[in-house]
Amino acid sequence: MHVENKEVTDEMFLPAKFSKTSEEISRPTFTYWQDVWSRFRLNKVAFIGLILILLILLLAIFGPLANKYGSDEQNLTRANLPPKIPILEKIPWLGFNGVDIKGKDVYKEKGVSDYFWFGTDNLGRDLWTRVWEGTRISLYIAFLAAAIDLIIGVSYGGISAYYGGKIDNIMQRVIEVLVGIPQLIVVILLILVLRPGIISITVAMVITGWVGMARVVRGQILKLKEQEYVMASKTLGAKNNRIIWKHLIPNTMGPIIITTMFTIPTAIFTEAFLSFIGLGLQPPVASLGTLINEGYKLLQVYPHMLTFSAIIISLIMISFNLVGDGLRDALDPKMRK
Amino acid sequence: MMATELVSISNAESFNVRGVENLAKYIFSRLGYMLVTFLVIATFTFFLMQTLPGSPFNDEKLSDSQKERLYEKYGLDKPLPLQYITYMGNIAKGDLGVSFQYDGRPVTNIIGERIGASAVLGAQSLLLGCVIGLFLGIIAAIKHNTSIDYIAMIISVIGLSVPNFVFAGILQYWVGVKLKWLPVAFWEGFEYSILPTISLSVFVIATIARYMRAEMLEVLGQDYIVTAKAKGLGSFSIVMKHSLRNAAIPIITILGPMTVTLLTGTLVIEKIFSVPGLGEQFVKSIMTNDFSVIMGTTLFYSILFIGIVLIVDLLYGFIDPRIRLSGRTK
Repeated sequence: MHVENKEVTDEMFLPAKFSKTSEEISRPTFTYWQDVWSRFRLNKVAFIGLILILLILLLAIFGPLANKYGSDEQNLTRANLPPKIPILEKIPWLGFNGVDIKGKDVYKEKGVSDYFWFGTDNLGRDLWTRVWEGTRISLYIAFLAAAIDLIIGVSYGGISAYYGGKIDNIMQRVIEVLVGIPQLIVVILLILVLRPGIISITVAMVITGWVGMARVVRGQILKLKEQEYVMASKTLGAKNNRIIWKHLIPNTMGPIIITTMFTIPTAIFTEAFLSFIGLGLQPPVASLGTLINEGYKLLQVYPHMLTFSAIIISLIMISFNLVGDGLRDALDPKMRK
Repeated sequence: MMATELVSISNAESFNVRGVENLAKYIFSRLGYMLVTFLVIATFTFFLMQTLPGSPFNDEKLSDSQKERLYEKYGLDKPLPLQYITYMGNIAKGDLGVSFQYDGRPVTNIIGERIGASAVLGAQSLLLGCVIGLFLGIIAAIKHNTSIDYIAMIISVIGLSVPNFVFAGILQYWVGVKLKWLPVAFWEGFEYSILPTISLSVFVIATIARYMRAEMLEVLGQDYIVTAKAKGLGSFSIVMKHSLRNAAIPIITILGPMTVTLLTGTLVIEKIFSVPGLGEQFVKSIMTNDFSVIMGTTLFYSILFIGIVLIVDLLYGFIDPRIRLSGRTK
């Protein structure tokens, strides 16, 4: 290496000037969640998923109020009408012009002047209202199941991992047995006994559903409790409660949220699946699953009865999966650049 | 070259001794859990049978004395503990009970008659799913961050998210009803199995493509791939000889859960396409409250599930020597 022969001057040995501002952090500090949010926002696909979820939630809550029909208002004079939407009816290929698959305008034929945005079913009930109320029920079941999974799973996994030893051993043996039981079988058997209903379907899904969450939480806490800062906290005399709630749970939030994001679409699918095999909700309550099941019966003549509920269930599943994927990337601190 | 080979062989040997011991222990503990799990399910089904609402004999045309005779015939008038012992004994002998609806036909008989179509359907979709899924995953990994990669991942997300009954509906309506290319229902030849197979395999394709892509990306970043590249190997032979095998091993682990999903799928798909398989029978039994067939089929499914998961786990242990079996019982 070539060293330049620089002239050594006295100025080089002057003490450096310290200003107070040089040590200051000039950029605003981000909390963990702000950081996560900024990373999540950059993920376009996941962000679209989030917007879709919000949109569907809004429609599920307020959608049924948008027109004047009730979800179980039967009227056979307007049965099996295809969808018709003002303005969009002028674009024929969209299929919102009230023309059925044989190409005749059913609205004109039956003398109906109203607009049914998603059409009507075989009893003349407005499908727009029914679909959004069904979405509401499906989402309700999914959120409820996910919430109960979360509570049981976090407590079970947390206790098992934190106390360790014999307790952990016994608790893990129970999990090992439960994991071996296919969820499908438990759900079907329980619904047979409990009779289909919102609560029984939720309970049936939770019975084995929490195991996944418990495993995730246990794994995370086992890893965390060996960390130095937990040891330091213990040395300083922190009680178990404080360590669990202040150190362990907040640091487990990431995996918990991700697991929940994937529980919700699974629950929605399971509910629809149950409707399909004849164990779904009983009328007058309708969910997306029961609507799809009804739609199937008339698929070959009136496909519109299946189309909308199928599209919405698919959109819900896709957007939750996308957001889940996006969150998984955003919550990983290793991704920080 | 020689020296390193020798070292690696001796390492492998010492690992094998340890590995075999661990493997035996592992197999035993897994078998134990399997048995306990199955006992739990069997006990569960037995007690459910007792509490189930409605009776298979709720036909109003039956008189009381006729009902009594039926109960006697099916052994339902004995005390509960005795019933339990007979029940468990029967299962151990491979007798899953008799159907109420089909006038005393053994459940195993019904399963035997129905399993063929389901097995064909399952095997076809697994095969189709694996071939297309692996292909998509490999292509996506090689062309990482190109439009091919994005398209493959979009297909994968859609396949993972959109429920199989929605796919079945689309296929049935467009390919079957509108275009009339393929039959929409029943089971009278290969062309009848095409639509149900595709509907079932969508999920398999998506899952395998996703895993394969992730594994391939990881393997392609390994040192030995860089070495192979440095030695001047073509990218085709790097992919075929060096990356593919190592990337494919972890795929085995998802085959277990996937078979479970496939079986669940057969219930729905067989119902939609009127395939005379076990799934369709199961749904029919639920509709007609034929509890003994439901329970018998449930037990059969459980044995299948538990068995498959065990086989997959063991297979994985055998194939991938990197797995420390002792470390697996988390």
